[in-house]
This record gives sequence, structure tokens and C-alpha cells, in this order.
Amino acid sequence: MYTISSFFKSTIGRKILMALTGLVLVLFVMGHMLGNLQIFLGPDAINAYAYKLHEVLPSSALWAVRVFLLICIAVHIWMAVLLTIENRRARPQAYLKQRPVQATYASRTMRMSGVILFAFIIFHIAHYTVRVVPGMLYDELNVLDSTKVPLFKDGLAVVKEGETVPTFNVYDMMIDGFEVWWVSAFYITATGLLCLHLTHGVSSMFQTVGLRNQLWRQRLDRAALLYGWVVFLGFAIIPAAVLSGLLENDPRYEQATSAAHPNISEQVVIAHD
Amino acid sequence: MEKTMNLILKVWRQRRRDDVGQFHMYELQNVSEDSSFLEMMDSLSEELVSRGEEPVAFDHDCREGICGMCSMTINGVPHGPERATTACQLHMRHFNDGQIITIEPWRAKPFPVIKDLVVDRSPFDRIIQSGGFITARTGSAVDANEIPISKQTADFAMDAAACIGCGACVAACPNASAMLFTAAKVTHMNSLPQGKAEQDRRTLAMVTTMDREGFGGCTNVGECEAACPKVISLDMIAHLNRDYLSAQTKNFLKPVQ
Repeated sequence: MYTISSFFKSTIGRKILMALTGLVLVLFVMGHMLGNLQIFLGPDAINAYAYKLHEVLPSSALWAVRVFLLICIAVHIWMAVLLTIENRRARPQAYLKQRPVQATYASRTMRMSGVILFAFIIFHIAHYTVRVVPGMLYDELNVLDSTKVPLFKDGLAVVKEGETVPTFNVYDMMIDGFEVWWVSAFYITATGLLCLHLTHGVSSMFQTVGLRNQLWRQRLDRAALLYGWVVFLGFAIIPAAVLSGLLENDPRYEQATSAAHPNISEQVVIAHD
Repeated sequence: MEKTMNLILKVWRQRRRDDVGQFHMYELQNVSEDSSFLEMMDSLSEELVSRGEEPVAFDHDCREGICGMCSMTINGVPHGPERATTACQLHMRHFNDGQIITIEPWRAKPFPVIKDLVVDRSPFDRIIQSGGFITARTGSAVDANEIPISKQTADFAMDAAACIGCGACVAACPNASAMLFTAAKVTHMNSLPQGKAEQDRRTLAMVTTMDREGFGGCTNVGECEAACPKVISLDMIAHLNRDYLSAQTKNFLKPVQ
């Protein structure tokens, strides 16, 4: 009587899909933020983190994660579009005036924050993953060609088969990227919208899968508010720190933008791999 | 001595279902602050009739807040500014002398305007018909308390059953969603032992009918709860979502009859 397609056609089924894909993205955002915050541990820490993600982790696994995340984003947006069309159709004639009584600003502007966040995700991937945004400082300084810097572990350069292990200079790329003021402004604005999106979304996904009741409603609303703010501060603090000069380019590589391997005075450790 | 007020009313007038409606402005003098909103509408109609004009059509019945007939959006809020109050129980003392009051019908595609402020709410009847019942043997009534039900469960079911089906939830929702109504009706029966036997079939049928009638989806903003004259909680929607997920899962494993 009820086929599997009836689930995906129903408003509740579509919303459950939104909640589940939203959960994946909510968890990813926290992991991404914690990864980024390693920039405050110094260049070696975050460059080593990049090495682990790109070199230690098999590239098939990295791509599997990327494709999975992109599918989640696609499903999340697709369902949002379908539901929005249905919702608009259900109210062809608007009220002369409709006064919201208790709906929060965040809950009423999910579509606005969502659309801007989607634009931000595209920019963000073009900016730091594919690196095709023109006019960035990391292009002008020609950092991209020479971003292979030695991998450090515990302050010592890692050597394998007599040579230092090269890794990507994520640290300088982030600093150079955020030194363009409008890029930082966009990142801070977008993470602010992400905060707004999450303050409603994180609590709302529990409601949609039915895991909310009178007792847990207030708790989840507060948890969502906290989660949104933690994510906002955790992300926005990096462009803010770069703009304010708290985070600066790695001095070891500053003069050596053309040289792939700067002078390393530290003791060298042999890594067994 | 009772206080009176003069009001400017901006009322939606629409002659019939397919007609194009528009707002009309009426001045109404000497409205008693002790009168109810519907009594105020009655005196407007009396005045219109005395002038040879068509009175404003609006739904009403019990006028004591339990039948769910009255349905008008007053200054952008279904049933007006007071919480947990139907339009018939709303008193004019909550308005000020000289105030402009905008009065509109429920606005939703599944609730077409029949005339002026009267809308067709039969989609709610069809949602009920598709599953808002318990299949039980007929005959003499069973003894009270034959089936033990905990106080907590009974209270919860009673809170859901308080829904009078007025449609204010649909009217208040930015998406014209009927989730609060459907959730109240589904939860009322699904939470009691008598209704449990048909829980999955009921949930799937009523949600399917709700969607088919053209209501929007829930975005968990909570406007329905704020407008509901019986203060049905958003928790009922969470309950419906849970029952729906469980019913669909069971249906996937073995089709629900």
C-alpha cells in the first residue's frame, strides 16, 4: 500500500532526509573547526595535520569523505528546494500583514542563511581547496609553487630515506588567504550565518526525527544556541587573528618563497616508515 | 458605566470562491469593551444590513471556545492577540479606541475562501476520515477503567485531544502546514492502548492525506503552537514524526495493511 517512494514524497520523509544530512554536516563542521584551530599550535602542527589528511590517509578515503559530504550537501539542498516549493504553493495568497508571535529570527531565515552558506561553500572550495580565486596574496607571492615545506614532528624535521619529507604549507596559505580583508570579512559573515543556521537547525533536526519532548526541547534549544556560537567563534577567530596581526606568516619561509627548501637549523630525525 | 470605543475595521470581502477579494474599510462607533470580537462583528453586520449592504460572512457556532468554528486572522494573528483564546472568546477590551483592526480569513491553498471570512476546512475532515478513528466492535459500552491507562498517558492523550480543529495552526504557519492538527489527532489515538493496534496504518494514512491535500511542510518555527487556542504543543509534532518514522520502517520490512 505504501511504497518506499511514499516516504521520499511525504513532507516528513523529506524533512527526515534533511535532518540526517544536516547531522552529517553539523558533525563535519565541528571536526573541520577543531582541525583549523590547530593553526594556533603553530605552522608545524597544522602542516603536519594537512600531511596526515593528504598523505597518510589513502587518497581514496579522502575522496570518499569528500564525495559523501558533497552528496549530503546536495540532498540537503535538494530537499530544501522541494519543500520550499511545496510550502510556497500552500500559501498562494499572503496575509496583508503577518506578525510572528514566537518564531525566532533564525528559524524564519533558514532559507536566506542556507542560500548564502551554499555560495560561501562554493567560494571556500574555490579559495582554499582548488585555489582558483584570482587576486589572492598566495598567488602573488608565488606561494603555490613553493608550498612544499619540510614536515616537522615535535619540532624536528622528518627525514625518510635521507631526504626531508615535503608537506603542503597550509599555514602560510591560510595567513595569505585571510590577509585579503574582504575575504576575511566574507568568512566571518558566512560563519555568522552558519551560527544562525545551526541555532535553529541543530535543535530542529531532533524534532524532525521525533527525538524531542517537553523536557528536552529547552535543553536542545540551548545546546543548539551554544553549538552555533562555539562554531562561529571557532571559525571566525582565525580570519580575525590574521587581520589583527596576531597570526603572521611563518618567518622561516618568508624570504624563501622561491626556494623549495629553506635552511633548517634544527636537528634532523630519521623516521621509520 | 461601560467604556466604548470607535474602531476602523479593514475587512476582507470576497463574494464567492473564485472571486477576487479585497479589503473594505468600515468605521464602527460605540463598541463596548465588554463585547466579544464576534459580537463586534455582529454589530458591524447589523449596521451594514441597515444601510442595505451585504453583512460580513464569518464562521461561528458555540461562541464559548470549544467548537472550532470561528476562524479569522486579526491583525496578522489567527484568533487575535490573546494566547489560548478563540476569536469568540476574545474581548474588545484588548483593543484601543481609534485602532485600525485588520481582519482576514485563514490563508492556505487547501482552505479556499467560500465567502468573506468563511473558508472551506473540509481537508481536515478528510484527514480524520483517513485514520482518525478506532476500529472497535459496536455494542454496549465497555466498563470505565476496564483498560488501565496511566495518569501520565491519559493526560498526554487529553492534551492532544483538546484540538478543536479550527485550523489556526495552518493559518499561522508560514508554510500553511497542517502538522500540528494532524499530530494532535494522530498522537491522541496512538498514545492510548485502544488506538495502538492501528497505530502504523493510521499514521501513514493521515500523513499521506495531509500531504495530498496540499498543506506545506513543517519548519519547526512554532507559530502554530503560539496561535493554537488550545495550546497544543509542538511536542505532538515530534511524536508524530517519531510514529511516522517507525511506521515507515516497519512498512519497509513488512507492508503495513
